[in-house]
Amino acid sequence: MLRLTKVNKYYQVGTHSLHVLRDVDFEVADGEFVAIMGASGSGKSTLLNILGILDDYDSGEYRLGDTVIKNLSESKGAAYRNKFIGFVFQSFNLLPFKTALENVALPLYYQGVTRRKRNQIAGQYLERVGLRDWADHTPSEMSGGQKQRVAIARALIGKPRLILADEPTGALDSETSKQIMDLLSEINRSGITVLVVTHDPEVAARTQRTIRLRDGKVVGAHEASASNPGMAAAT
Amino acid sequence: MFDLDKWKEIWATLRSNRLRTFLTAFGVFWGILMLMAMLGFGSAIQSGSKRQMKGMATNLLFCWGQQTTEAFDGLPPGRRVQFNTDDIELLRRLPSIEWLAPRLQLGGWMNNFTVGYESKNGTFTVMADYPELRHIISFEYEAGRFINERDIKESRKVVVIGRGVYDQLFEPGENPIGKYVKISGVYFEVVGLTRTLRSGGQGERDANTLFVPFTTLKTAFNMGNRVGFFALTAKPGTDAEELERQVKETLKRHHRIAPWDDLAIGSFNMFVMFGKFQTFFLVLQIVSWVVGGATLLAGVIGVSNIMLITVKERTKEIGVRKALGATPFSIVSMVMKESIVLTTIAGLLGVAAGVGLLAAAEAVFSAMPESPLGPPEIGLSTVMIAMGILVAAGALAGIMPATHAASIKPIEALRAE
Repeated sequence: MLRLTKVNKYYQVGTHSLHVLRDVDFEVADGEFVAIMGASGSGKSTLLNILGILDDYDSGEYRLGDTVIKNLSESKGAAYRNKFIGFVFQSFNLLPFKTALENVALPLYYQGVTRRKRNQIAGQYLERVGLRDWADHTPSEMSGGQKQRVAIARALIGKPRLILADEPTGALDSETSKQIMDLLSEINRSGITVLVVTHDPEVAARTQRTIRLRDGKVVGAHEASASNPGMAAAT
Repeated sequence: MFDLDKWKEIWATLRSNRLRTFLTAFGVFWGILMLMAMLGFGSAIQSGSKRQMKGMATNLLFCWGQQTTEAFDGLPPGRRVQFNTDDIELLRRLPSIEWLAPRLQLGGWMNNFTVGYESKNGTFTVMADYPELRHIISFEYEAGRFINERDIKESRKVVVIGRGVYDQLFEPGENPIGKYVKISGVYFEVVGLTRTLRSGGQGERDANTLFVPFTTLKTAFNMGNRVGFFALTAKPGTDAEELERQVKETLKRHHRIAPWDDLAIGSFNMFVMFGKFQTFFLVLQIVSWVVGGATLLAGVIGVSNIMLITVKERTKEIGVRKALGATPFSIVSMVMKESIVLTTIAGLLGVAAGVGLLAAAEAVFSAMPESPLGPPEIGLSTVMIAMGILVAAGALAGIMPATHAASIKPIEALRAE
């Protein structure tokens, strides 16, 4: 599915550069459900941005499917994001003046799908996350859990092969978090690769594998969540 | 491709900041309204002046005698210059004169005469004229005709009266043609009733004037061979200023006036006057465009500014859109469209208000033929140009915010909380 080989990333802070990712090297297979954990400042957000083609890297290689993602033009990057990747954010990032249905339909708008068609498809995806009746509500009228479901429906509508979730439960209470993770697991079971960035061990425990980052380096990939220390802490 | 969603997007953004949208739109609205008001005002002055000059040839030259100020050829200064019928022959030899009309006012310049008809009397201007005058000052005839060649040849006692004369001496509806009016004790048969095309003071004067054949006045009132002044027009394509010089030179030579004595012969050159008017109108028009355009530009800068702020506020939204697959082009086009829509709608309202304003001005000034301002004439082309400027201005206003929006990096946008 995706493979990172010796990826390095620097940030220019004032006069000196900060080495944020150091020789990051890992692989995610098709259909996996993987967590990326690390303390804040460990580089996990940067890694997610690179994985999501929202940011470029300085050296190494990032391969998504059969494509090397490197120095893409903005429009090419946009096209890949649109086609291959679905994003789920901690703060949902729904457009406040659009209804749930319109928010879900947005990626199809950028694919040039006609309005009627994309609204029909968006309706199906809202159904899938259990919010069919909320189609005409704006985000301000919804709870955090509902908003995140809308965001997930939006991430799914483009039929991505990869879902990138950045702290998807960070703004939710534990009960809602559990429901959102159930939803992500279900999506994963349908064959979509899911990558979750989190600092919450409970969330990581729900995945199949955890990649740990410390100071921009991968510190040992665990094959099974059973051996995940977070699991023990959660149960 | 027409996509309702695009319009909904634009509408939603503009609506989410009503006050700001309104104020920005008002800037553009005001700008275009001012532009049109300025152009309309300029046009009103122009049409007002044209209305005043209507009925007069624009290549017209008047020439009259004054007093010499220089001693010349053995003659002392302070001598009164009196044109005579010999001058007519001399001037007719000048090739660039189109029409020559020697004129003489009974009793002298600005003196009125008592004219009577049956029991009524009035004081009017009496002019002795040649038929050529009608090529220089145009009249319309409510009845009859102007003086003709036979009148001149036979020194007939006929008269053409102005509308004001008719109103004062005749009963309403009475046919004046064939009636006899008494001018200073001599009876003249009325052969024509004129209606002037000029307005204002000149129109007033025309209406209260009686025209008799030049030769008749000479014999009937013993005016000798005097000529009061000359009215003449230059042939099309000739230099009216040069003609004025030639006419004066001819007259000076004949009347033994020093060639450098500029005060001996007075003149009024309509062509030069008209040229000055034309320059004035041109300057007025340029000023209108510059001032109006500057006001419009201020409005456009306002739009650009607001769009820039809007884009900054929407950093996150733009980031989200980019993450979902929006290309930089689609972002640029989104912001540009908002800008163009805003300026165009506001501008169209301004154009509509401007058209209304000008229509009102037209109604007012048309009803007041004596006012120095005439009905403004704003052509469709001017309106079209204004619209073109608006759309271009909208695009211009959108460029900077749009490129800024396109340069937003999704990560930075999504990080912004």
